[in-house]
Amino acid sequence: MKPAPFAYAKARSVAHAVELLSAHDDARIIAGGQSLVAMLNMRLAAPEILIDINDIPGLSEVSVEDGFLRIGALVRYAQAQRSPLVSTHAPLIARAIPHVAHAAIRSRGTLGGSVAFADPAAEMPACMLALGARIVIAGVDGEREVAIDDFFKGLYETAIGPAEMLVALRLPLHGPSRRVAFGEYARRRGDYAMVGLAATARAQGAGLADVRLAYFSVGLNAVRAQGAEAALEAGDVEGAVAALDGDLDPDGDIHASRDTKMHLAGALLRRVAAELSEAAQ
Amino acid sequence: MTAAQMEHEITLTVNGFAVSERVEARRHLADFLREDLGLTGTHIGCEHGVCGACTVLVDGEITRSCLTLAVQCEGKSVTTIEGISDSGAVADLQEAFRARNALQCGYCTPGMVITASVLLDAEEMPDREEIRDHISGNYCRCTGYHAIVDAVETTLKARAEAGR
Repeated sequence: MKPAPFAYAKARSVAHAVELLSAHDDARIIAGGQSLVAMLNMRLAAPEILIDINDIPGLSEVSVEDGFLRIGALVRYAQAQRSPLVSTHAPLIARAIPHVAHAAIRSRGTLGGSVAFADPAAEMPACMLALGARIVIAGVDGEREVAIDDFFKGLYETAIGPAEMLVALRLPLHGPSRRVAFGEYARRRGDYAMVGLAATARAQGAGLADVRLAYFSVGLNAVRAQGAEAALEAGDVEGAVAALDGDLDPDGDIHASRDTKMHLAGALLRRVAAELSEAAQ
Repeated sequence: MTAAQMEHEITLTVNGFAVSERVEARRHLADFLREDLGLTGTHIGCEHGVCGACTVLVDGEITRSCLTLAVQCEGKSVTTIEGISDSGAVADLQEAFRARNALQCGYCTPGMVITASVLLDAEEMPDREEIRDHISGNYCRCTGYHAIVDAVETTLKARAEAGR
């Protein structure tokens, strides 16, 4: 339960971090370290060098710019939970954070780290997917932005290249017609969910448009249930639950069998659909 | 600027005292406190962030010392169970743990006390459900938690009374 030896360097700037990443074949970025250090302790990861980004100035801010809420790579859960900008402009995130692990983990863990790590059972990747976030990535040639629908590539794999780092999350601002909902089933408070669902929609008359349903803990990545989205837009909740059979393909694990996960996914969908249809949030 | 080395000199504050040590980059804070500084009140349970036995305060925030590298604590202020015990900051909470039998084997107790300590300064008094939620990341295999929640609640109420 001790990490294998590794070198360690503090990056002074994003450019410096990228330079260090380029100079080493087997480097890992460390931010909050709440997933990575556990993996190091268990030797599931044994990088040659850790590049610590915690001292890079300018990555700890939450701000509104160009119609987006920008969350820097070092914004921690505890900080986001206290942020009025997050509760006003990204109420889905504010709803989800209390479900993320425990208070001591939220002291250090970062939203950006969770998205970059892309754990299929984590809340933040699914929230980003539901919100239609844009992920800001820095590399040797400067910054680029990737739409969240193109970001997750496989188990713990994302669009972030080997010599690149995530620098910010950009979320469309919440508005009067936006609806958000969040739910998860976990065995115990703070455990990874057996099944979870983050959802957004736009209220249109008595119905819903632009529904985005992002499930987590049901596959290799957070995944959208597009058949169910279409059914909800048509006002058919039971049709949406039925559509999950085509949308989701979970494997059973030690916490829940495939059948249990599918049953819980349907139960969550009914709950979340009712929440989305409620009057203005 | 720290070069990419396997070992680093670090300077930090531990329980109010300045400490300078040379550490391996891979040394986590729990081992640093226990093995290098002899502060064995910080316990190690699971060593992957699940059990909460190793909880300490880093710059006043509850933190898993098994998920924090010592080298990352350069310039920070770390408080362990020894620190908050010696200062008397949680003497009432510790007495409530004793009086209510909120510990049996005691292995989880340092982490539990540290975790609960940040509730004692909360602006709004948490209810039992919120206390349970707050300590949900700290495992106790003896008590069934009920007595721990009692001890925390008793202390909170007594402090609220005294503050009135």
